[in-house]
Parts: sequence; C-alpha cells; structure tokens
Amino acid sequence: MDPIIQTTNQAVDPVFKFIIGICILLFIVISTVMLVFTFRYHRSRSPKPTSVADGNIWLEILWTFIPTLLVMAMFYYGWAGYLALRNVPGNALEVTATARMWSWSFSYPNAKTSRKMYVPAGRPILVNLVSQDVIHGFYIPAFRVKRDVVPGMKNHVWFIAPQKGSYDLFCSVYCGTEHSKMLATVEAVSEQEFNDWLNQVESHHEKISGRKLLETLGCLGCHSLDGTAGVGPTFKGLWGSKQIVLTNGKERSVIVDEEYVRRSILDPKADIVKGYQPIMPVNSDLRENEIEELVEFIQEIGGHSK
Amino acid sequence: MNSSNHPTLPLTSFWNDTGKCGVSAWVFSTDHKRIGLLYLYSVLISFLVAVLIGLLLKIELMAPGRTIMGPVTYNALFTVHGVLMIFLFIIPGFPGVFGNLVMPIQIGASDVAFPRLNLLSWWLYITGALTIVLSLFTGGGPPDTGWTFYVPFSVRTGTNVSLAVIGVFIVGFSSILTGINFVTTIHRLRADGMAWGRLPLFVWSIYATAWIQILATPVLGITLLLVVAERLLGTGLFDPSRGGDPIMFQHLFWIYSHPAVYIMILPGMGIVSEIFPVFARKPIFGYKMIAFSSLAIAGAGSLVWAHHMFTSGISDMAVLVFSFLTFVVAIPSAIKVFNWVSTLYKGSISLEAPMLFALSFIMLFSIGGLTGLVQGAAATNIHIHDTQFVVGHFHYVIFGGAGFAFFSAMHYWLPKFFGRTYSEKPAMISWGLMFAGFNLTYFPMIILGMKGMPRRYYDYLPEFAPLNLISTIGSWILAAGLAIMMINLFMGLLKGRPFGSNPWGGATLEWTTPSPPPTENFDEEPVVTHGPYDFNRAGVP
Ligand code: HEC
Ligand code: HEM
Ligand SMILES: [Cu+2]
Ligand SMILES: [Cu+2]
Repeated sequence: MDPIIQTTNQAVDPVFKFIIGICILLFIVISTVMLVFTFRYHRSRSPKPTSVADGNIWLEILWTFIPTLLVMAMFYYGWAGYLALRNVPGNALEVTATARMWSWSFSYPNAKTSRKMYVPAGRPILVNLVSQDVIHGFYIPAFRVKRDVVPGMKNHVWFIAPQKGSYDLFCSVYCGTEHSKMLATVEAVSEQEFNDWLNQVESHHEKISGRKLLETLGCLGCHSLDGTAGVGPTFKGLWGSKQIVLTNGKERSVIVDEEYVRRSILDPKADIVKGYQPIMPVNSDLRENEIEELVEFIQEIGGHSK
Repeated sequence: MNSSNHPTLPLTSFWNDTGKCGVSAWVFSTDHKRIGLLYLYSVLISFLVAVLIGLLLKIELMAPGRTIMGPVTYNALFTVHGVLMIFLFIIPGFPGVFGNLVMPIQIGASDVAFPRLNLLSWWLYITGALTIVLSLFTGGGPPDTGWTFYVPFSVRTGTNVSLAVIGVFIVGFSSILTGINFVTTIHRLRADGMAWGRLPLFVWSIYATAWIQILATPVLGITLLLVVAERLLGTGLFDPSRGGDPIMFQHLFWIYSHPAVYIMILPGMGIVSEIFPVFARKPIFGYKMIAFSSLAIAGAGSLVWAHHMFTSGISDMAVLVFSFLTFVVAIPSAIKVFNWVSTLYKGSISLEAPMLFALSFIMLFSIGGLTGLVQGAAATNIHIHDTQFVVGHFHYVIFGGAGFAFFSAMHYWLPKFFGRTYSEKPAMISWGLMFAGFNLTYFPMIILGMKGMPRRYYDYLPEFAPLNLISTIGSWILAAGLAIMMINLFMGLLKGRPFGSNPWGGATLEWTTPSPPPTENFDEEPVVTHGPYDFNRAGVP
C-alpha cells in the first residue's frame, strides 16, 4: 500500500480533482467550439455552406485516440484510489455497525454498544457491517466512504477521522419510510477520551427517555402515538387492550401486558397482530434498560380507559 | 423557413383516405402512423403526470422538514415518478412514437413488417400501463420501492409491488415485440437503392435500439417475475437466510436496466444526427463513425451493468473489470459528440426550434456524460453513489439528453404528420425557459451529491437547504417552459398554418411525401439514388 496515503480522503480527493478538472476542460472546449461555429456559420453570416466535407479519417483517429488516453488515465487513478479504500491498515480498531429499519447501533470489541459511533481521531477504524433486515448503506461523506449493509453478507469499510469532531453518518440505500431519518453521528475524540468512554460502565444518566428511543430507533415510522393507523398498529390505547393475534398461523386473543409487549419487540414474528403484515424488524440489539424504557413508555401513553 | 410558396393541405392523407375516422378506426388501426400517434398521446400523458409528480417532489424538498406531504407519500411518489418516466415514457417513447411514425417512411416502406403485431405492442403497452395505474389504487397502495424494486425491501413492503411489477412485465413484452418488428422491417423492407450505407442515422439508431430491446428485456421480465414469486410464494431466492442472495437480484436487474439506458438515449442521438445536417445544410460529418458507434454502444453497453453496484460488496476484481468497461463505452459517445460539432463547421446554420433543442442536447448530454465519468471511476464512485449527484447526472442524460431530443423531434417531425405547424416565437421562448430552468433544477443536485446528500431523501440536514431551494425554483421555470412548449406545439399542430412537404429542406425520404402523408406513404415505390444527407443530389436548396 502507498505509505503516503494516510486517510481515505487522501485516497479519493485527488481523483475527484483530476477527473472533474478534465471534465470541465472538455466541456468548455466542446461548448465553446459549438457556440463559435453556431455564431460564425449562422445563416446570416454564412448564407451558403462553404464545405461539403463529410468526414476526415485523421480527425476520427485523433478524437478516438485522445479520449481513449484520457479515460484510461481516469480509470487507472480511480482504481488506484479504490484499492486504498479496500486495503485496511493493520492496526485498525474494529467496530461493528448494525443497521435496521431505521436506526444504527455500534458495538465494540469489549461488547460495549452505543447509538453514537465513538472513534479515536487519527486511528484507522475497521467497520464490520451487519444488517438485520433490508439493505442499508453506511455512508460518511466527510471521509468519502460508503458500503452497502447487506443482510447475510460480510461487508466492511474503513476510515480515519483525521481530526476530532462530529461527523454525519447517513443511510445511503433506500430502506423505507424513515430512510432519510436513519442518521447517526460519528464522534471523533482523542485516544484518551475514547479509552475512558470505552471502559466506562453503563451509567444511569446515559438513559434515554422512551419517547426519544422510539424516535431514534425508527419505531415511529410504523407506529403512531396519536391513534392514527400506520404500517403498524398505534401505541395509543394499546396497553391493557385486547388484541387478536396470529400465533403460528392460529388466531388467538391476548391482553396487552408487559410480557406481550416485550415479546412483540424482541421477537416480532411470534405474534402477528391481525390485519397487519409481518414486516416489523427484529430488535436483537436492544439493551435491557432500553427495553424497559420502551415498555414503560408504551404503558404510560397507553392508559386504556374503559 | 421558406413560407413564400404558401403550402396548402393535401385533400387526402392517412387521417381520412381510408374513410375510417372513428375511435375504433384508430385504436384498431394497423397503420404505423396512426399507431405512432396513439403512442404519442399515451406516452405524453404518462410524461405529464410524472412531471406533475416531479414538481410535487421538488416542492416537498424546498425546505427541510415536512412541507406538503409525509414520508410515506414522498416515497410512493418518487417511485411512481420513476416508473412512469422510465417504463411508460422514455423507453417506449422513441421506438413507439418516432420509430413508428418516421422509420418506415425513411426507409421507403409502406408500413412495418408486421403491422398487426405493431398494434398488439400498443395494446400491451396500454394494458401494462393500466395495470400499473391500477396498482396505485388497490392492495396496499402505490409501491414505495423506487423504480429499481430492490430486494429484500420490495419483498417485505406491504405496498402493491406485485401488481406494479406485473404491469412493467407486460410493458416489457410490448417493447420486445416492437424490437422484433423493427429489426425485421429494417432488414426486409428497405426501398430499392436504400443500401445500408444510405440508411438515415435515425434508422441506424432505432436498429441498434431494437436489438437491445430484443436481447435485454427478457432478463427484466424474468427478474420481475422472480420478485412476484418471492412475494407470493416465498421462494427465498433472494433471501440469504434461506440460501438466496439479494445481490443476485441487482445483477439481474441491471443486466437489463443498464442497456435500457441506451434504449433511452440512442434514438435521441439518432434524432440529433438527422437535425444537425438539415439545419446546417451540410452532410453529417463521419456518417460511418456515427452509425458504427451506435452499434458499439449497444454491444459494449451490455457489459457494464455492475457499475451500479460498486458499493454493494461485489468483488474488487468485478469492480476493476466493470469500471474499465464503463470507460470503454464512453469513447463511442465522445466520438459522436465530436462528429456532430464538426458538422456545423462551414455550414449555413439556421436556429429554429428543432435545432435549438438539438444544440442544447449536446451541452446537456455532455454534462450528463462527463458526470458519468466521475461515477465510472471506482474511487470517486464510492463517494457519490446513491447521492443527489446520481439524480442530477441521470436527469442530465435522460431528460437533458433524451428528453430534449424528443422535444426536438416533436418540433421537427410532428408537423409532417399533422400537416400544420406551430409558431416559432413561443417555441423559442419555451426553449429558453426550459434550458435555463433545467440547469437551475439539476445542477444544484450535482453539487448537493458532492456535499454528501443521499438520494431518495424525504428530509435533509439544514446545510443542504439553500441548494435545494434553488433547485425547486428552477423546477418551476422548467415547468413553465414545458407548459408553453406543449400548448404552442399542439395548438399549432391542430390549428396552425399549413406545413409544406419539405419546409426544413431535408434530404431523407419522409420529406418527399406530402404532409400529412397518405396511408400508403408513397404514391409510387421510391427508388433511392443518393445518401440521406446529400442535399445537392436531393435537389433541396
Ligand atoms: C417496519 C415497520 C415497523 C417498525 C420499524 C417497528 N414496528 Fe412494531 N410493528 C409493526 C407491525 C406491522 C406490527 C403488527 C404486526 C406484528 O405484530 O408483527 C407491529 C407490532 C408491534 C407491537 C405489538 C402491537 C400490538 O398492537 O399488538 C409492538 C409493541 C411494537 N410493534 C413495538 C415496536 C417498537 C418498540 C419498535 C421500535 C424498536 C417497532 N415496533 C418498530 C411494524 C413496525
Ligand atoms: C420537471 C421535470 C422533473 C422533475 C421536477 C423531476 C424531479 C425528480 C425528483 C425530485 C426526484 C427524486 C429525487 C430523490 O428524492 O431521490 C426524481 C427522481 C427520478 N426522476 Fe425525475 N424529474 C423530472 C423529470 C424526469 C424525467 C423526464 C425523467 C426520465 C425520463 C425522470 C426520471 C427520474 C427517475 C428514474 C428518478 C428516480 C426515481 C427513484 O429514485 O426510484 N425525471 N425526479
Ligand atoms: Cu436507508
Ligand atoms: Cu448503467
């Protein structure tokens, strides 16, 4: 690998400059020549054509040869930059990014998980990409890296955050209703801060409220809180109500309680509410305290009044 | 152009010379001109509906957050916009409308080889189109997958994907039959003296297109049926937990859909190759190179499909090969552009509506093609893939390129078939508005993509707001231009001044027939004695 390339930006940005530079040049040449001809040989200035030339073999060779050289150069630089994007430096820190409709979660070698992606600035990060449902795309524009997150496929991507700071992470592959809300933040901190964060035991004030969780986890893309019907049933008035569900294809009725809600979240396929499609994503990456928050919140707003 | 000879309408033409004029005499007609006009009306309806949807999308994107609709509606609308534009407007548009109207006359035939099959093609098109429309209002509502129908999302979503996909499947059959019909027609029905070297370049481009329609469309058909099977029967072909592979779907989809890009653009290139010589009064520069490059694009273009999948996880080897081949296909397109521009040299150029659209085709298509190079290179592709850059790029190619060529052809050829023509001034104004509005709409998207805004985004971060606002305002200017163009064109075609048999001074055979032509096209079988751009021997001034 080229030792001069330190970051993924350095692998990609010069290629952009090279290709876009040539493109702008070509565009200017083509349109200027066209406009000059159109002006110069306009019928008002050139009432009759002054040539009947219908081809020139040398010109054809010339303008086949030059573009061929140019595009081959573009191909080569593009390929070289791409190789740098694929060659993961040896000392990279491994993080697993798990995508599902419509949220990200990140887990670290010591099994710590987080909704924000904390990384040490200046150190190469190798991201293993896991999807729990459909195809998503892991995209950090600031570092010029992107890779699809395909269910059942081992994909990875690497980058270096050159400086401390917050960077946006987008889902680049269309994945349904809340695709454009499937964002996360890459928090690049110093090595020291990172290690402190990594080894910090889950503290309680990191707790996110149930309402916020529903939002960040993308639940609200399918479930409403105000009683309107969506892709999934509304949470309003859910707690304590009687639901007709299909369990293994058999209809039965259940009273919505903590056990049922838990099961619905962790193993959505177990009971399918009648009249709905079995499309709710699995939530195996939720932490225990997050589940508690969710259940509590659904109970709170669900106060079923008879 | 030259209105001093006061043309008058011929007393009889294909509009009335068979004595049959009712609705059924049209929808069951086997005359290629009537079928061409049926296609014209049907693709234009799809186009206009899709434009309205596009404008709604742009209004939604005017500012961050909700503007006029929710995400569910937005996602359905961009899918319907894409499906209508691709499968019901631009793919069937060129072969169906101008392939039908013009190609048989240009080769000196009285109709296509299989007139009844031609009628069946239109009926299949209509059946497929109605199926797609039906899918919007039944079942789980309009599909929300994007026009690419990627699995596993398209298998999981509760919307009416199955019916929509069956509609596209039926339209695909229409396309295959048209392809077979046109290849046969061009091989078998050329007039005496119409050697291959004398074929108008538009016919060459329709010929290359027809081969793609025949060879690539079946792959799309099978792929879409597999999606239906996956949804209805749960076959698991694309489901990794059951040994399937979602990436395989993408290969199959693009094996058709990349060549389909050439179904969209090749005829447009053919049209420009007709218009440049006529309006510069000079033979086309490099006839053989242009004809050959159409075939080269059609052939090599079939081998580049995986450049849509560089980030998907395909092997690095595949990235190497497909990136290389993508750059190879760029070369014949460049050759065409240089030959068109050289045609202008030492000509005598008149800037009427068809020529203005054709000249702007060159500029917009160049931007589309050059941004394509940025995507063909592996390293840069990674950053801009699936961003607004791609949306900008393909609108430049299929709207700025193919679309503007379509408008050019409408101004150039439709008066021939209606016998009346539009007014020049509003045509120029509409062109100016469209050209300005177009760039204002789509150039900001290219920049937005460079800055990292993904595509198919209902909502976006505040930093992307200014460029999105500019783009939305641009879309209104574009729409105003489009509206003026359509109104001027159709008012003129129906009520305008009569259009003589050859007001543009073309040297191809369609200009030797009256406007509008009779059902049989030619009173006596034409004998071709000169090339398609040999204005001197054609005896036009
Ligand atoms: C892709 C859409 C989708 C997303 C995202 C989604 N759900 Fe669901 N959910 C559904 C559907 C559809 C049902 C009904 C069918 C079923 O029971 O699986 C459902 C059912 C449920 C139920 C049972 C409701 C009842 O009426 O019995 C609960 C509880 C639930 N979801 C919680 C959640 C939580 C919490 C999240 C976020 C972590 C979430 N869902 C995310 C679609 C979704
Ligand atoms: C006034 C005219 C038009 C406007 C305002 C418009 C606008 C748009 C917008 C806003 C999007 C969605 C971008 C996104 O969120 O990703 C889009 C997508 C698209 N447009 Fe257009 N467009 C127009 C004309 C056309 C034409 C003429 C064609 C083709 C012939 C076309 C083909 C497409 C396709 C294929 C998509 C992709 C849909 C998808 O992502 O599945 N558009 N257009
Ligand atoms: Cu997404
Ligand atoms: Cu392609």
